[in-house]
Amino acid sequence: MTIEINNRPYDLPDDARISLLDFMRERLEFFGSKKGCNQGACGACTVLVDGERILSCLALAAQYDGRSVTTIEGVANGDELHPLQALFVEHEGMQCGYCTPGQIMSGIALKSELERGAPSNVSSDLTVAPRLSRDEIKERLSGNLCRCGAHNGIIDAVAAYVGGEEQ
Amino acid sequence: MTNIKPNSSSHKSDPNRRQVLAGSAAVAAIGAFGLPVGAQTTAAPAASGAFASLGVPHVRRDGAEKARGGAKFAAEYSYPGMVYGALVYSTIARGTITSLETAEAEAAPGVVLVMTHENAPRLERPEPFYSSPTGMAGSSTPVMQDAEVLWNGQPVAVVLASTQEEADHAATLINVAYEEADAVTSFDVAAESAQTSFYAGRDLLIEEGDAEAALADAEVSVDLSFNTPAHNHNQIEPHAVTVLWKDGILRMHDCSQGVDLSAITIAKVFGISSAEVHLSAEYVGGGFGGKTVWQYHILAAAASQLADRPVRMSLTREGVFRICGARAPTRQRVALGSDRKGRLTSLIHTGTTMKIENNSMTEPFFEQSEHMYRADNMHLEIRAGTMDMLANTFMRAPGAATGTFTLEVALDELAERLAIDPIELRVRNEPDVNPTTGREHSQRASVDAYREGARRFGWVPRSGQRQGYREGEWQVGTGMAAAYYPYKRFPGGAARITLDREGGALIETAAADMGMGTTTATAAVASERLGIPYDAIEVRHGDNTLPGALIAAASQQTAAIGASLTAAHEVLLAELASLVPATSPLHGLPAAELGTAEGALYSLADPHQRIPLIDLVAWSESGTVSAEGQGGPISEWTQDWSMHSTGAVFTEVRVNSVTGEIRVPHITAIYDCGKILNSKLAESQFRGGIIMALGMTLMEGASFDERNGRVMNPSFGSYYMPTHLDVPHIDVGWTDIPDPQAPTGARGIGEIGMSGPAAAISNAIYDATGKRARDLPIRLDALM
Repeated sequence: MTIEINNRPYDLPDDARISLLDFMRERLEFFGSKKGCNQGACGACTVLVDGERILSCLALAAQYDGRSVTTIEGVANGDELHPLQALFVEHEGMQCGYCTPGQIMSGIALKSELERGAPSNVSSDLTVAPRLSRDEIKERLSGNLCRCGAHNGIIDAVAAYVGGEEQ
Repeated sequence: MTNIKPNSSSHKSDPNRRQVLAGSAAVAAIGAFGLPVGAQTTAAPAASGAFASLGVPHVRRDGAEKARGGAKFAAEYSYPGMVYGALVYSTIARGTITSLETAEAEAAPGVVLVMTHENAPRLERPEPFYSSPTGMAGSSTPVMQDAEVLWNGQPVAVVLASTQEEADHAATLINVAYEEADAVTSFDVAAESAQTSFYAGRDLLIEEGDAEAALADAEVSVDLSFNTPAHNHNQIEPHAVTVLWKDGILRMHDCSQGVDLSAITIAKVFGISSAEVHLSAEYVGGGFGGKTVWQYHILAAAASQLADRPVRMSLTREGVFRICGARAPTRQRVALGSDRKGRLTSLIHTGTTMKIENNSMTEPFFEQSEHMYRADNMHLEIRAGTMDMLANTFMRAPGAATGTFTLEVALDELAERLAIDPIELRVRNEPDVNPTTGREHSQRASVDAYREGARRFGWVPRSGQRQGYREGEWQVGTGMAAAYYPYKRFPGGAARITLDREGGALIETAAADMGMGTTTATAAVASERLGIPYDAIEVRHGDNTLPGALIAAASQQTAAIGASLTAAHEVLLAELASLVPATSPLHGLPAAELGTAEGALYSLADPHQRIPLIDLVAWSESGTVSAEGQGGPISEWTQDWSMHSTGAVFTEVRVNSVTGEIRVPHITAIYDCGKILNSKLAESQFRGGIIMALGMTLMEGASFDERNGRVMNPSFGSYYMPTHLDVPHIDVGWTDIPDPQAPTGARGIGEIGMSGPAAAISNAIYDATGKRARDLPIRLDALM
């Protein structure tokens, strides 16, 4: 049983109780994905599995045999930040930084969700691709809590990333 | 009109903005800024270009590391042989443990230790805040020392195991039996025996004249009651610590808001010297007053000692709710009397809150009422009832968060009865000097903030008539309120400056950065003070082995660091003076006649006489020049001046007439907080307070089961906080007038955002619907 994390293979753990988040943090020391609530309510643990975002605290590691996981540690190109990472810094899309990896992973995922026309709770017309708007972005990021109050900067960063800044 | 700094309401980068702000910083550095060294006596080396650091919107220094996921938090340090901790919490509010069955847990896979009061090491009681100058604990309740239970949720056992899963499982195998005792777990019951309380060394009672008689005689009056619930900080990083005892040192990777005070407090519990505790917290995942010393620190260290293994103790989210304190609930009365012109003749702000037997923290909700408005007669008083509950504690803007809500709603109601615009009512009661102490204001431009906020928001003045209107099923209204937070500076600040051969400087101070941008602001202040480019300044913080005993609390840390840097700079000038060669015109000049600017030491009397700092460093024996200084006496706010920040918050609210749903699409806030050191980070700090206040107003509240004192919603699934879709773009600005009495001209900005929005939203809800909301949170059921 192996799992790929940031393009490298790892053996999955024997203990079936281990969440994907705990496996990454406590066994592999990928501490970039954060544990804010361990119950799927804060989004700090968001990672991509085969390109789709999931909450890794609600996923058992053993379920992800053969799957490919991308974490915050896997999105930069060496020393060069991923464009959304750079936008978070530029737009002050963070304070303490604890929710930041999850916000960025959600931001990366929501761009592809928008590009393929997936609707959200605020999409007014389900028969056409959602119109890009700040509310669409806010809704799609609302599973990622921030307590410091960097919301404006986060949305500015993600809006710039998905090209919705003019909306 | 004051020079109000425009703040881009769009977030597109504005190339001109940097110039404007840098220019104002350059002026400030030589003029109004109050540099205590002689720099203001000369027109020569002014901060400019690479040397202009204050007010410049530098991006945060740790931004890239945080964006990469590379910032290491307390639970992210590992040691060989490390084991994981899990806690078992009491399920009764008060009583005695009669039996603890631990055998099954001890035999469970991976378990290395079960610790209870029966085998825990003997420990001193922790020193809570205000019990000593260094007390940093939430309460003095003994930590697993006997069979007594004092709150529902108290840890009664610790399990250490090789993995978190094993520890969590084993914790479920422990059976605890109790003999329950009578407990006070109802606020109503506690309130019956509440006593006039005290806070920060004074009684919470101020009486001037006869406020009740004046209220009865007033031409116009309001007399109102309010309720606010308990609030949790809910930092997204749950409290955690990684502990190692090695070579006689207790090493702790913590998430502390004050590393030195945490280390001293923990050292005393273990009966060791604070030099035997090395506690660091480079990154802290949110603090808001709650990242102090709670039982988990001590339990982790005690269990680690007992098991002789390094320990990682990460609280579950439920665990944070069970053992880390919250803002106390309050019941407040605000009564205002005035003449027909709106001059206050009576200001009464009284009420009841709760505390526990083992702490000295009474939520000081009348503080803004002491300082905001003049009134002929005043009665301010806070009573506290004692409950058998988790300790209440400090949370962002203690007192002012809920106290401003009640006072500012009352003013709105009074303005309506007077048929005076709410801004005008506040202006008519703007005090010339501090209303209760009589001291002069160090700097105060509240009225400018009100007026500028009104202009930017598009406030429509009103005289007793609601301005709200209807848009389909939405009722739309606007409201405003003043904001308030005091300036403070605590003793204990210190910093060390070390100049290197390359022309850079290292600043070391045991300050905390929970995300406010402390290191970024410190680098800017140091750059300005030293005359060394911002990018050549390195800042180390968050480690108790560094100078100082600072705490990021009460919005005072930046002032404490500023005073420390000023003191260290004075020592540094003396060090540099001793290195001046005999051939130099600067030779023999005392430190008081020297300054540093543009990378050089220069004569204040003749600024053209200068020696590059790199030359002086090269001439030193060690190849570095280092100086440490401690922030001076704090009399500027304790004795000499009235130092308070104020502001104005304007909101538009939409209430759905069918569902009662409340939305806040528009917030403008203008603050008078002294000099703003970094506009980018300041914007974010103000907004952060406003957003937490938005949560307090519309959704937040910790619910206790009054039968047994247990928190009923210990989870992010049931304690609601603002999400992205709840938060509008927030327009913030500031007067940017340096406070001549504050060390950097800045009064602190971390908490004032929390004060004001609740009243502004409640007042806007009234404007929209005609319904007054005086209990928090204001949920849709209150408006249906």
